[in-house]
This record gives sequence, C-alpha cells and structure tokens, in this order.
Amino acid sequence: MIRSLATCAVLALSAGFMSAAYAQAMKTELGEGEGRLNVVAWAGFLERGETDPKFDWVTGFEEATGCKVSVKTANTSDEMVALMNEGGFDLVTASGDASRRLIAGKRVQPINIDLIPSWSKLDDRLKDAPWHTVEGAHYGVPYVWGPNVLAYNTEVFPEAPTSWSVVFEEQDLPDGKSNVGRVQAYDGPIHIADAAQYLMFHKPELGIVSPYELNDEQYAAALDLLRGQRKLASRYWHDAFIQIDDFKNEGVVASGSWPFQVNLLKGDGAPIASTFPQEGVTGWADTSMMHAEAANPNCAYKWLEHSLNSNLQSDLSLWFGANPSVPAACTDGSGMLTAEVCAQNGSNDFEKVRFWQTPITQCASQGECVPYYRWVSDYIAVIGGR
Amino acid sequence: MTAAEIPQSRGLRGALSDWFWRNPGMTLFLMLLPPLLWLGIIYLGSLFALLLQSFYSIDEYSGLINREFTLKTYAELFKPANLDIILRTVTMAALVTVGSAVVAFPIAYFAARYAKGRWKAIFYLGVMLPLWSSYLVKVYAWKLILAREGILNWTFAKLHLTWLVEAWLALPIVGGNSLSVSHTGTFLVFLYVWLPYMILPIQASLERVPGNLIEAASDLGATPRQTFWNVLFPLALPGVLAGSIFTFSLTMGDYIIPQIVGTSRRFIGQAVYAHQGTAGNIPLAAAFTVAPILIMGVYLWFAKRKGAFDAL
Repeated sequence: MIRSLATCAVLALSAGFMSAAYAQAMKTELGEGEGRLNVVAWAGFLERGETDPKFDWVTGFEEATGCKVSVKTANTSDEMVALMNEGGFDLVTASGDASRRLIAGKRVQPINIDLIPSWSKLDDRLKDAPWHTVEGAHYGVPYVWGPNVLAYNTEVFPEAPTSWSVVFEEQDLPDGKSNVGRVQAYDGPIHIADAAQYLMFHKPELGIVSPYELNDEQYAAALDLLRGQRKLASRYWHDAFIQIDDFKNEGVVASGSWPFQVNLLKGDGAPIASTFPQEGVTGWADTSMMHAEAANPNCAYKWLEHSLNSNLQSDLSLWFGANPSVPAACTDGSGMLTAEVCAQNGSNDFEKVRFWQTPITQCASQGECVPYYRWVSDYIAVIGGR
Repeated sequence: MTAAEIPQSRGLRGALSDWFWRNPGMTLFLMLLPPLLWLGIIYLGSLFALLLQSFYSIDEYSGLINREFTLKTYAELFKPANLDIILRTVTMAALVTVGSAVVAFPIAYFAARYAKGRWKAIFYLGVMLPLWSSYLVKVYAWKLILAREGILNWTFAKLHLTWLVEAWLALPIVGGNSLSVSHTGTFLVFLYVWLPYMILPIQASLERVPGNLIEAASDLGATPRQTFWNVLFPLALPGVLAGSIFTFSLTMGDYIIPQIVGTSRRFIGQAVYAHQGTAGNIPLAAAFTVAPILIMGVYLWFAKRKGAFDAL
C-alpha cells in the first residue's frame, strides 16, 4: 500500500513536470494554415448556412484562411470529453462542467493570448474566468455564454415574479390558484446548485459561498428544498422543445429556462417572458479549447481569433439565444444582434450569473465538498420522491 | 498428358482448394471463425467487461474508481431510491406486457381466422406501418395527444367525460397533473410502441391452431369461454410468451419514452445513462444493467419451459 502511495506521488510529481513542459511548448508564433481544422462543438455553434442561409460564420473563414472546417457535434459534455480523449480534433467548445476536466486530464493546451489580437476585445470579466484559467494560464478562448432565467406566463403574472420561490415553495400565484403542478425544474443534477443559490439568499446562516461548493449540511438543506419542489413539479425538463410544448399545452406557468426557449415562445406569440429573480441565476459559459496534440495548430489559432470576430459573435448569439463574449457585438451592428435582444438574453446581468462548474471534493471555499457523482444519485432519488 | 501434370497446372488456388477438400474440419473452422470472434470478443467480451466494472466501486471522497473486487456497488442497488427504480421499471414492463397481450390477442385472432387476401395485406401493413416511422416522432406525437390541452382531453370534454379523466388522474401513483405527466401516459405510449411485437408472434401461433379443434370443442358442448381458456389460449400461449419477451425486455431497456412522457421518475435505462455520464460512476451504472440481465434471464428460462421459442 505504502509503495503504491509512493508510486502515486511520483506519478503526480511527474504529471506536474509534464504540465510545466506543456506550458513551455505553447506556440509563440503562427505559421501557414494546415488547410484543415477539426472541431467538436454543440449543435448550432458552427453554422455554415446550411440550416438557414442567413447564419453562416464558417465559409467566410474557410475562404480567408484556406482552413477547411469539419465539425463533429456532441450532445453532452461527456461526449465532448470522450471525443477529446480519443483525439484527432483541434478544438472543442467546452462548457464549464467539461472544461476543468479537460484541463485536469491534460487533453487541452494553454493558449498564447499574444497570438490572438482580438483577446483585448473580450469582456474583462471572462478573461480570467476560473473555468478556463488555471494558475494564470489560459486554456481557451471564451465563446458565448447564457443564463438560466426564470420564465413565466405573463397572463398569470401581470408583474414579473421577483423570487425563485414560485418554483421552490408551495404558494398561490397571482391568479389565485396554487402553483402545484404548474411549475417545472431542470432535469439535471446541476439543478441542486439552483436550490443552493436560493438558500444562499434566504438562509444565510448556512454559510454557502458558492452553490457549486456545498458541505454535507448545506447539501442536505438543498436536497430538502428540492424534495418540496418535487411536490410542485409534475415533470422535470431537459429537452428545450419539450419545455416549449409544456408551456404551450401542459399549463406550465413558471420554470427555470433558457433565453432560447423564451425567445422561441415569444416568437410564437405565447404569453411568456423571463426575468432575473433577486436570488441571482445560474448559467453556462462555453470556451473554445485547443487539443494538447492538435494536428492543425495554426488553423486552430486562426479560428480562435475568428471566433472573437464581432460579426460571428453577433450572429451566433442571435441564433443560439446566447450572449457574446465580445460586448461590442451587441451594439456595433456588425451582425444581426441588437442591444435589445442582448438585454433579453441577459447580457446586462452578467454579475447576477453564477456559472456552472463541476462540483468536486477538493473545493476552494471550504475543506471538503460533496462531489458531483453524489449529486447525480441524490437528484435521481429526489425526483423519485425519496 | 499425364495425370500428374493436371494439379500442377492449376497453381496456388487449386492447391488451396485441394487442401481444404482434404481438411473439411479446417474449412468449417475458418468459416465459423469470423462470427465466433464477433460473438466472443465484441459481444460477450464487452458484456463481461461491463460485468467486471460492476464489481469495482467508486471512492466516496475522490470520486475515482477503485479497481478492487467488492460487492459494495451491488449493495448500493438496494438503497430505497435505487430499489424504487428497479421495481418501477419491472412493474411497468410487466403491466405493458399484460396490456399488450390483452390488446393484441383479438387483433391477432381476427387476422389469423377471418382476414383473407386483401384484408390480410391490410392487416400486415397496419401492424408494420408504425414500425417504419421514427420512434422519436411517434413518442413526441403521443406527448401532444396526451397533453393537458391535447386532442384526447378535448375529445373527453366533447363527450362530457372530463370528470372521468379527472377522477383517474386524482388516483395516487397512476395519476398526476395530466395524462402526459403521469405513469398512465407512460404506460399508454409503451403499449402503443411495442404492440406490433406482441401481435405478430400471437398471430403466428394462432395460425397453427387447427380450426377443427375449436369446432370440436363447441360440438362437445363447451361454452365460448371454456373453448377459449381450455383450447385456444393454451395452444396460443407460446406465441403470447414469445411476444412478451419482446415487450418485457424492450420496456425494461427503454430510456427515451419515460424521458418524454411521464413523471420524470427514473427508469433503469435513465439511471444507467445518468450514472455513466459526468458522474463517472461506471460501477453503479454497470450494476444497474446487471439487474435487467438477471430478470430477463429468469424470464427467458421460464418462457423456454413453456415453449415460447417454438413460436418465434
């Protein structure tokens, strides 16, 4: 046992040296493009006008740089991590729950921001975000981000609800009827963080610093809150289009949601709006990260620069109901995005968003936190009524 | 030309062919090798790799997988929340099986006894047609049909039967806020989607029941009910059991229908999906998959004893 511990220590040390070696291997100058670029991305993140000819930010890049882009879409963060572990890709658009794993697993390399002239245009608050920055090294370039807003029915709520309590605690809504069976919650363990965030505001004595870093007591309180929510929610949502249908046909009047659904529902004429309640919201922020053994590093750097292009950020944000990482894209008219749409998507409320992170045992704010795998099994139990 | 010259002139191909002719065992071996490798390595190999994983455990503090033999993960399965999932799935699978047998039997009986020529073709088309369209499209369509403001509720309202639906939905367990968010809804969609797999084997077994046996039964004074339970049903039972293997196992493994229609309470497939993902709890996911394997094993053994495999 002691020997295996020693082996572990040696391994950990050598891993440390290796990461130092990786950091040194960071590119210092760019060469000619390699003619191709392989990207793992969320559906809709790299559009070449095939879905809708108006939304195309890939063909222009290919013509300008000669880098032929091929996209592999992934449906979950796990798929992204698995694909990156397999190799053969240059870039990945990773969310906060995958980015740290990719860094820890040494599947991505640090980026030399001097080679990305547009870095300076980035939102300052995203430049050193913890989900892609480790010990001062940037392991990626912020792509777009979005909040998890509270969507509500304007016929039931003449005024926007100010608190998440409408989905967490049983109460009569402004139309005089109870909220039982008329609210929804996100069908993913990460929703425990939403409950923790609610408790952060309403039960300060628990001392929660970050909704992603919970000790056993704080975690138990969050689960209790969620058990109460189970009695209110008749279904949990995880597919955006199912939620849209539930708002239209199932009598759902309030739920955590994404601007994506809210925009589509509004476009359909449904009486739905969204708000940022007083407790704050959770959110996602995606980062373009470069594979540690990228075969086409020059094309990858060219794309990273291109990904901060104001026109791309503008059109992508409109397309996906997200927010650009380059704030100018909201207002400079370089694409189809307008300041109004940005405000709708939550661009002005960045400070209220606590971005998704994977809960880990060794957390920064306190000694030991409940790790993600327990979030998964306990959330399953909560939904099962236990 | 001498006889000895003929084989020489046929070259390597000929020599090889002669060699195989002289070693028939080798021919058989080489022909069976690819499928055996496929079955052994790809199919059983991956199954055993999975089984092996279920004997590992996850370290509670680091979340890393501890590759030492333990039964701890199986003990996890007996936690109330996980036991709920298994019981829920097995109950649903059993109900769907009984439900589809009840619905399928008259349809299959009609097809086997009365449908002739063109009607037979229409029957086959009607049963098979839903299988040609995408499974997802059908499930989403059912979500719309069952919705609170969907066509089914509309029909009930027109018939002034809304009270009936409300009374049903007020029941515990099977009820809920609307049909599409209740276990009843999940059951109906399972029933619809797997029904063809029950109809076809029952029909096949009914076709093999000689018509004169039914006539003989009534000649001897049996009531229709007695004829059914004492003659027709026992003879058609292998078909029912063969169909039930499909409906039971398909329901037990499905993780898409309960995700779209139902109460969001997990079924085995969904639990496996959740645990193997970001959670990285492969041991528990593997242990969960062992549960349906065992249940199906027992079920198949029972079905074989009852002659279900003769009706396939």
